[in-house]
Amino acid sequence: MATYNLATPLREEDVTRLRAGDVVYLTGTIYTARDAAHKKLMEALDREEPLPFDLEGSVIYYVGPAPAPPGCAIGSAGPTTSGRMDTYAPRLHALGVKASIGKGKRTQEVRDALMAYKGVYFGATGGAGALLSQRITASEIIAYPELGPEAIRRLTVKDFPLLVVNDAHGEELYAKPNYKL
Amino acid sequence: MKSINARDIHDSVRDMIMDACRILSDDVYIAFNKAHAEEDSPSAKEVLAQLIENADLARNTQLALCQDTGSAVFFVDYGEGVRIEGGNLEQVIADAMVEAYDKGFLRKSMCHPLTRKNTGDNTPPIIHSHVVPGDTLRIRFMAKGGGSENMSRVAMLKPAQGWPGIRDFVVRTMAEAGPNPCPPTVVGVGIGGTFDLAPTLAKKALFRPIGKHNPDPEIARMETELLAAINDLGIGPMGLGGKTTSLDVKVEMHPCHIASLPVAVNVQCHSSRTKEVVF
Ligand code: SF4
Repeated sequence: MATYNLATPLREEDVTRLRAGDVVYLTGTIYTARDAAHKKLMEALDREEPLPFDLEGSVIYYVGPAPAPPGCAIGSAGPTTSGRMDTYAPRLHALGVKASIGKGKRTQEVRDALMAYKGVYFGATGGAGALLSQRITASEIIAYPELGPEAIRRLTVKDFPLLVVNDAHGEELYAKPNYKL
Repeated sequence: MKSINARDIHDSVRDMIMDACRILSDDVYIAFNKAHAEEDSPSAKEVLAQLIENADLARNTQLALCQDTGSAVFFVDYGEGVRIEGGNLEQVIADAMVEAYDKGFLRKSMCHPLTRKNTGDNTPPIIHSHVVPGDTLRIRFMAKGGGSENMSRVAMLKPAQGWPGIRDFVVRTMAEAGPNPCPPTVVGVGIGGTFDLAPTLAKKALFRPIGKHNPDPEIARMETELLAAINDLGIGPMGLGGKTTSLDVKVEMHPCHIASLPVAVNVQCHSSRTKEVVF
């Protein structure tokens, strides 16, 4: 298991050298989107409208942050469960998204898309929202403010701590439960 | 008759909510430290160390422990000898909740189920009220996160399935949940009652502090057995493998119909945020 410091936007060679279990400290610009924002992005794509941010090399963080207390760039901001975005993720990877950040398992379709389009799924520690917010230095709503916590935000992150959960080679980090499902 | 001023209830409930979302209760904090000491795997240790650091940070700042500050769930024991001056209890709780979520920098997470439009102020709260003997008013609050709630399940088992069926349903539910509900979890299990009561029992069970068993020794044995079986799954903190898949299992039981065996599993994440006020 290796440790990497990466900067956005991510390039194909940044992603393909990553292996499940690697630690990544990410610096640069990432975009927040969760359930309602993904639905809006899909509608915009269907209507061939421009998207609120450039997908090429982008990193999407599945998060709906808490309001920022005074003196903070953002409130508590840990990952939400990624599985709810599984239906949308392959289409976004096909259009240039290089990575998503969340928690929990992805479907085979997403894992296949990571292999096909050279993408990666990062895990951040769920429920450590206060701690993770310390690595976010700026936050600005850039689309869909009516969605409240689900609006799309542009975040500036510094050494944001991540684990490679699903890599571009089909490997997964999560422990297999000791139970026949 | 005991009179309680609605304003006093409002202020206490508001403060309780703001504290619960920021200050992890001692039982959970101690359980993190114990798990950290017992884990051998570096990734499990690392996650638990982060959770301890997160709790320390939230306690000393205005940051919420987790950005998902939940549906606001309340259990109220309303003593029949209590009279509230100057307000209706459910409205007082709802107003206090709105103020807490606004002033406490807590996320508003409630929305229309189909349009998904956010209600904007975290209303409505979910309130379970019970009239009880005496002149005490007890209001318990839980900030219930969606990620763990989504992995919760209810089943109407056949009575013939008995304890092995219950045990398998609980363990299977946690195996399917895997890393999604932010393990290490706390697992509430409701056995018996009706289709609606079993999940309520499971949720109520989650208010019992970690390490405190059901007073019925037979149910306490079930809790111990279920916890061991869940931790044998090896899912570990955040699903990265390890000994601590769950911090505790809480079982509540209730008689049921001769034809039924309802079982509910309410999954609570490590960010187990509960607090109570008593008047
Ligand atoms: S499951 Fe719990 S700890 Fe995890 S993100 Fe949701 S509320 Fe927070």
